[in-house]
Amino acid sequence: MVTIRVEGLCARLGRRAVLHDIDATLAPGALIGIIGPNGAGKSTLVRAMLGLIDTTHGSVTIDGRAIATLPPRDRARAIAYLPQGQTLHWPLSVERLVALGRLPHLGPMSRIGAADHDAIVAAMARTDVAHLADRIATELSGGERARVMLARALAVGAPGLAVDEPLAALDPGHQIDVMQLLAREAQAGGLVIAVLHDLSMAARYCDRLLLLDRGRLVADGPPDAVLTQDRLRAVYGITSRIDLAATPPLVAPLDRWTADPDHGE
Amino acid sequence: MRLTHEPPAPRHYALMPLLIAGVVIVAVASLRLGPVTLSLDRLLAVVMGHGDPVATTILLDLRLPRTLIGLLVGAMLGLAGAVLQGYLRNPLAEPSVLGASNAAALGAVAAIYFGVAGWHPAMLPLLSIATGLVALLLLFTLAGRAESALTLILAGIAVSTLAGAGISLALNLSPNPFAAMEIMTWLMGSIENRSIDHVWIVLPCVILGGALLLIDRRALDALTLGEDGARSLGVDLRRTRTRLLLGVAIGVGGAVSVSGSIGFIGLIVPHLVRPLTDRSPSAILLPSLLGGAILLVAADILVRLIPTSSELKLGVVTAFLGVPIFLLHLLRERRTW
Repeated sequence: MVTIRVEGLCARLGRRAVLHDIDATLAPGALIGIIGPNGAGKSTLVRAMLGLIDTTHGSVTIDGRAIATLPPRDRARAIAYLPQGQTLHWPLSVERLVALGRLPHLGPMSRIGAADHDAIVAAMARTDVAHLADRIATELSGGERARVMLARALAVGAPGLAVDEPLAALDPGHQIDVMQLLAREAQAGGLVIAVLHDLSMAARYCDRLLLLDRGRLVADGPPDAVLTQDRLRAVYGITSRIDLAATPPLVAPLDRWTADPDHGE
Repeated sequence: MRLTHEPPAPRHYALMPLLIAGVVIVAVASLRLGPVTLSLDRLLAVVMGHGDPVATTILLDLRLPRTLIGLLVGAMLGLAGAVLQGYLRNPLAEPSVLGASNAAALGAVAAIYFGVAGWHPAMLPLLSIATGLVALLLLFTLAGRAESALTLILAGIAVSTLAGAGISLALNLSPNPFAAMEIMTWLMGSIENRSIDHVWIVLPCVILGGALLLIDRRALDALTLGEDGARSLGVDLRRTRTRLLLGVAIGVGGAVSVSGSIGFIGLIVPHLVRPLTDRSPSAILLPSLLGGAILLVAADILVRLIPTSSELKLGVVTAFLGVPIFLLHLLRERRTW
């Protein structure tokens, strides 16, 4: 169980202020989606929550302890992180790559033990990459590699999981698999934070959505409270058709919205 | 579900035993071969303490220090190359990439230029190690708090270029052709005519530098996932960087101070052993250490055996050996990677 509390958080990347005065308490047992247009600060917010960037104001605490004072290994064991993109610098085998997730649990001289093995095997099975175990990760397709990277994050076995655009490069079937997997993690008591672009998926699986716009948190609540046509128009600049009562709920972007009178409204 | 091997283990189980055997073979060969070939019987007699005086002198005063220095310097260069390739995530990284080699060489050149080297045989290596550490401070100042590999490489190039300019200046201003010649000869790299004193200089440097480089092997693996990925796995990148840079400055600085600049070993050895492991940065460290020792001593044996009018320098031989090995490897990689 892990709770992240963000209070009055401001952060900058280089000279640009990216986050302004964000307040949120992320409690376990929920799949929390972070949505917003490109450049809204979604990834930066996740990185700040993990203590990966310096913040200018405000605080981030994990279970009441300030993130900056938490030893790196404790932090790593509390929240696993899947960064955006698929950075992979050496052509490791899939199994070896997933095993990297066990690093926070290993002492400087100890070797992978039976418990680590089990976690690695289970993580590969859950993201449907067990059959790729002996393949070279850099030679996989984008979608396969994305699932391997997710397995790496799951192998940490942390109570918290932060994933940045986990659906990019995945086919629809695997998108559903991954969202179901994240939802199950949350149901089992984990705190799952996912940066998402697919609003239908967000509406369908997330318990709560944080909508960011230009570095500010403009909406925070259950999907039906956050996803409204007016808000999508204001934040994303799009017109949309929203049917959250449908099974599954649908959010379809229709057109770019402009203030032009014969367009939209 | 197949998990046939423990992930951190090298893919080829025979790799380490073969490399250790290789080290023993080149070491014995290095003790035996030279202008005077010593038979194994004479070698053993000296070891037992009842050898003939000629064999004893050749072995203990000439070949033993030379072999030990060759093993230590080669091991250090191989290990440093492997660590830096992993840390900088750049297959072209080598021990000299952060300026440690050039800085250490500058100290040695200054010792020759100002005549300090003549005071005592230990003066040149000590001054060389000292400039290596000064260069490290400069590197830290230039790179600042940034943890990116690119910043570090740029700072390293600046330090390296500055030291290179200093060496050129010394050659430019050298009072007579003989001094310039002496500097050039030293720069080419050699482990000839080294005494047991040199072993005592390089040994602590290599042990300390090597230990600092080996501590962070897990961090090197984590860096496969990039800097954010590594930090999210609990790696303290700032401490890792401090340890690695100190290790390179002390280890490579110490090695260069005794042998001069010997190129290519630290670049090619990690490439040679990588396909024989699971390719993770930590798996190539020890094989690179042993492989570097083997390659350098083997090259030094060639230096002794190739008949030339004026003596060949080790650095020249490793450069000539390095290019074809590297090209061969490049052709193989292009097909598979």
